[in-house]
Amino acid sequence: MTLLELEDVTASYGNVQVLDGVSLSVPENGAVGILGANGAGKTTTLRAISGTVRTTGRITFEGRDIRGLRPEQVAKLGIAHVPEGRGTLGQLTVRENLRVGAYLRKDRKAIAADLDYLLELFPQLRQRISSSASALSGGEQQMLAVGRAVMAKPRLLLLDEASLGLAPSTAKAVYEAVQRLRKDSGIAMLVVEQNANLAFTVVDSATVLETGRNVLTGSSAELKGMDEIRRAYLGG
Amino acid sequence: MGTFIQLVVDGLSTGSIYAALALAIVLVNQSTGLINFAQGAMAVFSAYIAYVFVGWGVPTILAILISLIISFVIGAVVERLLIRRFEGGDPDTAVVVTIGLLTLFTGICGWLWGYNNRQFPSLFPLDTINVFGAVISVRSLGTIAVLVAIMLLLQLLFIGTKLGLALRAVSFNPTSAALSGLPVGRLLMVGWGLAAALGAVAGALVAPQLTLTPTMMDTALVYALAAVIIGGLNSPIGAVVAAWGIGVLENLGAVYVPFIGHDLKIAVPFIILFVVLLLRPQGLFGRKVVVRV
Repeated sequence: MTLLELEDVTASYGNVQVLDGVSLSVPENGAVGILGANGAGKTTTLRAISGTVRTTGRITFEGRDIRGLRPEQVAKLGIAHVPEGRGTLGQLTVRENLRVGAYLRKDRKAIAADLDYLLELFPQLRQRISSSASALSGGEQQMLAVGRAVMAKPRLLLLDEASLGLAPSTAKAVYEAVQRLRKDSGIAMLVVEQNANLAFTVVDSATVLETGRNVLTGSSAELKGMDEIRRAYLGG
Repeated sequence: MGTFIQLVVDGLSTGSIYAALALAIVLVNQSTGLINFAQGAMAVFSAYIAYVFVGWGVPTILAILISLIISFVIGAVVERLLIRRFEGGDPDTAVVVTIGLLTLFTGICGWLWGYNNRQFPSLFPLDTINVFGAVISVRSLGTIAVLVAIMLLLQLLFIGTKLGLALRAVSFNPTSAALSGLPVGRLLMVGWGLAAALGAVAGALVAPQLTLTPTMMDTALVYALAAVIIGGLNSPIGAVVAAWGIGVLENLGAVYVPFIGHDLKIAVPFIILFVVLLLRPQGLFGRKVVVRV
């Protein structure tokens, strides 16, 4: 069963066209990667889904056309976007950031349970629960950004370059947590990542973008076996 | 000693009026990043609304409460219909729009009610009480009490409620807040509405003292802006402390510093402003924006 489907999506900032016909689909409970170099349109693809950039083409979620919806309407349908640059609310505390994540939910007990789960998944956050988000390290902020998205109890998580600016070991820790999150909850994921090695620890399949269009799509195993992918994205 | 206490209490009372307006300005600035120069003129309009209800025989306190609610709606509508078009654009343009609003609201008041002074009934009795030999007016104490109550309510709203949390989230990063499903547009309307209601309180407190005219708040706006800048644009507590400081120092200066006197007392806040900005450009309580990468 397909959860999210993009067909021939284009997007532009002013006169600069960034997406030139991107298609992809994420199955229910599946995890799909978007790989590609800088400026290939990976981030914009996620922004097209969450409604933060103008688009043409078809974007459907659970069979429903969601193109043109405002970001808060998309969030309401169960899509949580961890944006590039993390988007943590710096002046709010860690706990408040997580409460903002649960803004649309009313089930207090389940929210408390999810908070517990998250703080167990990211023990560093438990220690910093009352400090303001801007005082966190880069890795902690990234964990908070993921945590805030998960607090919305989404059906689909859009994860944008979670390794950006992090030490390799921290990036690995973030991805291990995401992996566990996927195993525990079965949230579907669309993962943008420059570091393909990290992406492949989470995703089952991936598509490669070049200048705003798909050039290659396949399962993780297929892609890992291709020479050109190895050379371009896996460092050997 | 008696005179001194009296001057301080009266100073705190006038300072409370500046503080109410300053809080409104901080609220708008926090949510939209703008300084609303029309905040004072909108407050005057609110006072006229209360005045109309009083004229119809509604008790003063009730008339003021009705004007608070109407002001909330006016503030929200102004945001939705006018300011929304300039958000995310050049902030200079938006500031000029609020200056236009200042002229517009003043003009509407003059057109509807004329420029003659009108008597506005005081919320508090005109009695005085004796404390340590100082004669203190009940009105001054009442004004201070109202402001303290407002501060507590705002604190409760912003720290204790989901709505307050959402307002703070939107003020910090609207784009990111929307990703968690926060209705950014509606929250900005609420922010402007709250600010207008706060302004209405300031208007109702100042009108009995100055008598109601369309330009009644112009001086108070200048003091409130000074307080906001001294206290730090992003600090509600700072704005209140600064407004109180201005009120008190202005009163003391007028009496104890011979060359200032009553004619020059309006210069006091600007002397303070000058010194504070030299020593602490982010304001007394303002936070320097530090970004950790």
